[in-house]
Amino acid sequence: MAKARPKTKSSRTKKPSRPKADGNLLLVATRKGAWIYRGNAARNTWRADGPHFLGQIINHLMLDPRDGKTLLAAASTGHLGPTIFRSTNLGKSWEESPRPPAFKKQEGGRTVKHTFWLTPAHANEPNVWYAGTSPQGLFRSEDGGVTWNEFSGLNDDPQYREWMGTEQDGTPDGPKLHSIIVDPRDPQHLYFAMSGGGVHETLDGGQHWKPLIDGMEVVGGFDPKTVTFHDPHCVRLSPSNPDRLYQQNHCGIYRLDRPATRWTRIGKAMPAKIGDVGFPMVVHPRNDETAWVLPMDGQTVWPRTAINGEPAIYGTSNGGKKWTRLDQGLPKSQAWWTVKRQAFAADRGAPVGLYFGTTSGELWASRSEGKSWSCIARHLPEIYAVETADIG
Amino acid sequence: MSASVKVLIASPLRSYTGADEVEARGDSLAALLADLDARYPGIRFRMIDEQEAIRRHMRIFINGDPVKDLSHPVGVGDEVCIVQALSGGSARN
Repeated sequence: MAKARPKTKSSRTKKPSRPKADGNLLLVATRKGAWIYRGNAARNTWRADGPHFLGQIINHLMLDPRDGKTLLAAASTGHLGPTIFRSTNLGKSWEESPRPPAFKKQEGGRTVKHTFWLTPAHANEPNVWYAGTSPQGLFRSEDGGVTWNEFSGLNDDPQYREWMGTEQDGTPDGPKLHSIIVDPRDPQHLYFAMSGGGVHETLDGGQHWKPLIDGMEVVGGFDPKTVTFHDPHCVRLSPSNPDRLYQQNHCGIYRLDRPATRWTRIGKAMPAKIGDVGFPMVVHPRNDETAWVLPMDGQTVWPRTAINGEPAIYGTSNGGKKWTRLDQGLPKSQAWWTVKRQAFAADRGAPVGLYFGTTSGELWASRSEGKSWSCIARHLPEIYAVETADIG
Repeated sequence: MSASVKVLIASPLRSYTGADEVEARGDSLAALLADLDARYPGIRFRMIDEQEAIRRHMRIFINGDPVKDLSHPVGVGDEVCIVQALSGGSARN
């Protein structure tokens, strides 16, 4: 370790010549590894730290906001089974979970293909985490992500297994349990979503669950009362109003204001030529009327590309009554990427910084709440998830 | 005590072993994999799933013969080779 340099009068009294570096983090999970981008206070300079786990599929990389230093990475490879890697020093070193999420061994039992989603639990439950897997499973760790157990009996509940369907009912990359949300007012109040299988809620810490699908539409010809047909892509709780949920679904953009139980399709206010299909959704940290989506082409065989090759964010500042196209700085044509459900995030800055990672390996940032965009990294592998963290 | 057996390790698993060839003990493939996991924690679950099946794209050979049954016996002088399917090369390379 370098010896500390003795302080001089000038060093004690001189104001910092530049903003504190590396306080803003972007946690980028990709098809071929993970990167941590460290940004200065102005958020205009980013330094790449990575790759971590080069070659491994990283579906999610999350920082524990309760301690500001523990990172969990959900990993697998094309050949090897899934695991969880854990760092308690912001990625300087990693250890592997000795017991990652896995279904119990039983006749006809399922196999976790990958852990898809990681959520730190309530602020009053230090070291507790939740994980969602493919195929759909809900897991919990009570030791900071070291060991994991199935949570709440949900994974073997006959009704939920029916709603989850089989792997054949899922997308080519496997059906997923995602959008695990903890009510910041009550650690017993949780939500999660399944693609496919709807949105669900518990008020008693997982002892009982119930679907929240009223108002959500399904693909034409199917019965919206059937839970398994519902395909929520991303559900977000408004940080400033825990009674407000937003959702980007396979069939539209929705809002739900609790205690109501019926979703409203706010995506109908989107321009007709754009539509309201997409994967990610982000909510402003301090304004529950403001949210952003990134529409994609969901026609015919589901190209999952920017519509017409012209990517754009759409933002609302009135809860979805009106949407505004935000594309300044983004490619004007021939950009055929899109953004996956975990790959769009907001920081807590003022103005809010928005960040997304593309399927073509570009990392884009806006320091103006989406009004203008700049590319801060190119040539990464396909980006699966982007999360923000402030360790200032 | 069962004899030590030579195990050739597929490249994606060498981050656990630090070597392409290691020794492990066990009179069955299951016992040998348990011993391997005790020596290199986490390695077993990445090739054997929670239902005790060899993962879809992993293959295990004993003396050149493919083995799918974890109860398959392992004896003195046997060579166990763990490879990744299709795109995997020789564990020696």
